[in-house]
Amino acid sequence: MIFKKLADGLKKTRNQITSKLKSVFSKNTVINEEIIEEIEEILIQADMGFDTVTSVIQKIERSLTKNEKKDVSFIYDAIKNELKNFLSNDTLQPQPEDKDEKNLKIILVVGVNGTGKTTSIAKIANRYLSEGKKVILAACDTFRGAAIEQLEVWAQRSGAYLVKHQHGADAAAVAYDAVEAALARNADYLIIDTAGRLHTNKNLMEELKKIKRIVQKKIINAPHEILMVLDAVTGQNAVPQVKTFNEALSLTGLILTKLDGTAKGGVVIRIQNEFNIPVKYIGIGEQIDDILPFNANDFIDALFED
Amino acid sequence: MFDSLSGKLCKIFRNLKGYGRLSESNIKEAMREIKLALLEADVNYRVVKDFVAAVKSKAVGKDVIDSITPGQQVVKIVHDELVNLMGGTPEPVELKKYNNRLMLVGLQGSGKTTTAAKLASYYRKKGHNPLLVGLDVQRPAAIDQLVFLAKQLDIPVFYDKKEKNVVDIAKRSLIEMQRCKATICIFDTAGRLHIDQQLMDELADLKQVICPQDILFVADAMTGQDAVTSIKEFNEKLSVTGVAVTKLDGDARGGAALSIKATTGCPIRFVGLGEKISDFDVFYPDRMASRILGMGDIVSLVEKAQEEFDEKQAVDLQKKIKRNEISLEDFLQQLKQIKKLGPLENIMSMIPGMGNMKGLAVNDKQLSHIEAVIQSMTRKERLKPQLIDLSRKKRISAGSGTSIQEVNQLLKNFMMMKKMMKKMMSQKHKIPNIGGKLWR
Repeated sequence: MIFKKLADGLKKTRNQITSKLKSVFSKNTVINEEIIEEIEEILIQADMGFDTVTSVIQKIERSLTKNEKKDVSFIYDAIKNELKNFLSNDTLQPQPEDKDEKNLKIILVVGVNGTGKTTSIAKIANRYLSEGKKVILAACDTFRGAAIEQLEVWAQRSGAYLVKHQHGADAAAVAYDAVEAALARNADYLIIDTAGRLHTNKNLMEELKKIKRIVQKKIINAPHEILMVLDAVTGQNAVPQVKTFNEALSLTGLILTKLDGTAKGGVVIRIQNEFNIPVKYIGIGEQIDDILPFNANDFIDALFED
Repeated sequence: MFDSLSGKLCKIFRNLKGYGRLSESNIKEAMREIKLALLEADVNYRVVKDFVAAVKSKAVGKDVIDSITPGQQVVKIVHDELVNLMGGTPEPVELKKYNNRLMLVGLQGSGKTTTAAKLASYYRKKGHNPLLVGLDVQRPAAIDQLVFLAKQLDIPVFYDKKEKNVVDIAKRSLIEMQRCKATICIFDTAGRLHIDQQLMDELADLKQVICPQDILFVADAMTGQDAVTSIKEFNEKLSVTGVAVTKLDGDARGGAALSIKATTGCPIRFVGLGEKISDFDVFYPDRMASRILGMGDIVSLVEKAQEEFDEKQAVDLQKKIKRNEISLEDFLQQLKQIKKLGPLENIMSMIPGMGNMKGLAVNDKQLSHIEAVIQSMTRKERLKPQLIDLSRKKRISAGSGTSIQEVNQLLKNFMMMKKMMKKMMSQKHKIPNIGGKLWR
């Protein structure tokens, strides 16, 4: 079921890449410069980045024997395997979610403007709520107009408890109150929504660090997860984005949103390769259950499925 | 803006310049580097290919190879081609005297609502009477966001939270437009994916009802290769008349902006440069190209300065500098004016050669500290800083929430500045036009 949903969500992506690759392979039977260039084009247009694509292609060229190079299906599998290698390590396994711990888990959600932080939080909260967990949301986006209201609507729909202050309030103060509330109410999860910010804005990045510090004052090893939300539409700028957020906060994972469009989110392959930060969830629609735990195998398979 | 791309191209051409003379082989190398840089900047693959081919065919020409400064020639060719690619001359939306209708469309999270508010404020400055219409009934609290922004700007906004039929809201908004005598109506629509047939049809319906002169596609500067796909779909369905590129205040290289005009012919009209309503400008292809090549954007800076600076004050100040009568009072005024230009980092990035020095960390906070210190002085002290003794310093530092060291530092710097100015003035006949020129 889950696999089907992922496959549906990625259908556009899959159709584009596979149909293009297939058309490349059906035209030519022997690998040559032209095919290489066409493969390069297809993968680059999936936002995988020039370096990543070049190294994938080089490895394929080196690893295949002359005879294999003549066989289209060999090349096809080789690309797929190579991409899986890029997403290898622990993310090849589905991320285990610890359920046995009784203590409060705090999840801090960050990202640049307009990637879908608030929506993703609502979806994650909904997942936990449906597992029977007690979830508290903290509206730390006190900057954007109506951001608090947006989260409030979601909280009402899903039945999570919301901690909020006024618009313009100190975000860290909201976080502090939220932690206290979560502890007092014996909640299982506290999910902190933050204002979208460009990673180039030093002051706002400092604000995030402050939120983290404040949370740690109450619970030393918190936040247990610091997730950065990344829009699948984002191109190579995702790399400096993740880099800066990671340097400031030590990210534990990514949420890749808007995968139901034609954007491929191929940049996560490069990010995984450069920073070793795994994708933990993917967002595949606007409905509250349009979220799935990321699974690298399924991701690549769905990408190349017939 | 476009920082990383200009950095890369700069590096390439520093190498090119080193050769003195260009051979075909090092042009080839430069072209490969340009291709790489552009791809890294998320310029569409096809556009990059065409671009590089165009530049190469011009660069390999005899003129370039024989010229004395071939590197400069290539820079010029690349620059011209970039301007070309982005559409030549700026094309803001021209409005009629009344009954203008402008519709904003785009993917989720590209910044439509913020852009709507910015546009309203922009056109009001031009003497128009704007009305905002909230048609985003999809995203929770989207209307609230628009209302919030409109309230800040004191611009009327039409919405109906209970109605789910946006076509109906649009119809009623047109009546409201006549009632409140608005000369331009800006329609903020819900973000949607270009493959969502149902929602795309809704946009087409809206277009029929609204009959907008202009449909602006709002594109996020961070968009990758997919930018071209989405704008194409929107364009086919709605005949988009222009594009607004948002979030250019980050370090996104904005390749999407480069690609859009090249692949769809839709001109880029506006750029969003931050979250504040005033962080908004008309798109200038030539300035942008200069920026890409690390030539800085001094034209924008001067224009901005002219807008914000008081002519008379500037003349007065120059006189004072000449007579070496500049006081802390004047200094404070200057500080305030510089602050009006926006965050220091933005200003720095517009100055040629400064673009690469982002790490310099000029701190707006430091400016605020200096301001606080001066404001904690009496008028007498500002005019005659020699008066300030230890007890006064104690009072000033306490009043401004700084330390005595900071007060000392400021006084020392100010004295040094005064000395330097005196020197400069006395040498003025030797070095003409060195002082006071920058801001005029």
